[in-house]
Amino acid sequence: MLTIEEILETIKMVQEENLDIRTITMGISLRDCSDSNYKAACRKIYDKITRLAGPLVKTGEEIAREYGLPIVNKRISVTPVALVAEASSIDDYIEFARTLDRAAETVGVNFIGGFSALVHKGFTGGDIKLIESIPGALSATERVCSSVNVATSRVGINMDAINMCSRIIKETAKLTEKYDSIGCAKLVVFANAPEDNPFMAGAFHGIGEPDCVINTGVSGPGVVRSAVRKLGDGADLGALSETIKKTAFKITRMGELVGRTAAERLGVPFGIVDVSLAPTPAVGDSVAEILEEMGLEHCGAPGSTAALALLNDAVKKGGAMASSYVGGLSGAFIPVSEDAKMIDAVDAGALCLEKLEAMTAVCSVGLDMIAIPGDTPEETIAAIIADEAAIGVFNHKTTAVRIIPAANKKVGDRVEFGGLLGHAPVMAVNKFSAEKFSRRGGRIPAPIHSLRN
Amino acid sequence: MNKLKDSPGGSRIVITVIGPDRVGIIAAVSAILAEKGVNILDISQTIMQEFFVMVLMADMKEATIDLVNLKDLLARKGEELRVQIDAQHEDVFNFMHRI
Repeated sequence: MLTIEEILETIKMVQEENLDIRTITMGISLRDCSDSNYKAACRKIYDKITRLAGPLVKTGEEIAREYGLPIVNKRISVTPVALVAEASSIDDYIEFARTLDRAAETVGVNFIGGFSALVHKGFTGGDIKLIESIPGALSATERVCSSVNVATSRVGINMDAINMCSRIIKETAKLTEKYDSIGCAKLVVFANAPEDNPFMAGAFHGIGEPDCVINTGVSGPGVVRSAVRKLGDGADLGALSETIKKTAFKITRMGELVGRTAAERLGVPFGIVDVSLAPTPAVGDSVAEILEEMGLEHCGAPGSTAALALLNDAVKKGGAMASSYVGGLSGAFIPVSEDAKMIDAVDAGALCLEKLEAMTAVCSVGLDMIAIPGDTPEETIAAIIADEAAIGVFNHKTTAVRIIPAANKKVGDRVEFGGLLGHAPVMAVNKFSAEKFSRRGGRIPAPIHSLRN
Repeated sequence: MNKLKDSPGGSRIVITVIGPDRVGIIAAVSAILAEKGVNILDISQTIMQEFFVMVLMADMKEATIDLVNLKDLLARKGEELRVQIDAQHEDVFNFMHRI
């Protein structure tokens, strides 16, 4: 029998500590939607998404009410569109993005991910057309998210793709300058992109996935922070890790329950739980605050990388015991604009781009939601992406860059995206040039430890 | 009508009442449950800080209402009594606290 303390603990997590299921994401394969006539392809895409995801939002809301657990987002990921659109005889893929946007609107989800291409080793014609369509697609649509995988530990880093992406990022910033270059907040450049990630903007439905699947992403930085706080200042780091592990276990169980229930009710297979601490701009829902609770004056202070490593690892360990199918990104996210205490740390001068880069070596993703001056050269952005990809490729982890060169903004200015995307101070970028390095192009070979067969 | 019947944990729910103590809380909640065919299995209560906390375990096997509507009914009654009343499926707690 449950004890009253256990019941109250769960209720407190939800009511006071912002425990929620961050997203139920339905992955949908569009591989059967290709057609040489792009209009026919778009029609098939729209029909398939609205048919499968039609009951998604209603089912999510039903489960949230019955379990008394908020489910913040209901979302969709699809097969990387480059793979589907390639068969169509058309050069601009913006119509595919519009179709995704319309389908997302019809079923009532706020984001749909998968306007994507996988080009870690090279491009096909469709890949190039898709990437060239990204700025137009992200400025013409509201809900579509885009990602490009430019590197893997298996094949190395495609610098030509990185150069192309950095130009695309600048173009997207320019095209959406009226809205503080918000288009770039919907574009992720990946190394080792996971195929079952339920979190936006980087979600897509990988090619090894079933026709349709339900993945869930849990969250709960507030729950972890409050568990760490309860331990007090005297607890040593081993005790911190133990407490975070137990808390992550409990959080993940909720993701597993909701994911399995949603999959069953929707009649599709259950994929994975992504055990991620995903912050929001809301007070008390911050990953940086956990690091501060652990004893740092500000996130970004010396010790931040060690503290984040402990946190990220304990979250994974607790999560892995709670669910048989942990996947996606799983760890701690450190986006700047989406985390109130990260923003404070930047404002206080405690957190710079280089420290963030170091922290990404031990967090679950990478340089995320970082606003930089609009006049940052394309080659510098390419070099930042290459650095981040190198961390991922050479350490066998996912890394990503979601950077916003905010048009017409300088260091100290602010960008305002609203909602979950938050707001951010524009951060300084190292002024020294990497132009000659970036321009060399080509492919950085895979590391020696990729030869594992 | 009641999807809970098919869920792994069966049809048991947990009802929590949190708020200042006053006469008639248990009577009001149990009246609603009796009317809707919800069987009370266990009641426990405690005082947390200055608040009265009551936890009821109940079974909806024979219920004539689904959980979502029962929640609404209880929440409205809670507003009347100026306490917070919520009902959740038992699975939430079992999944979190039992392996």
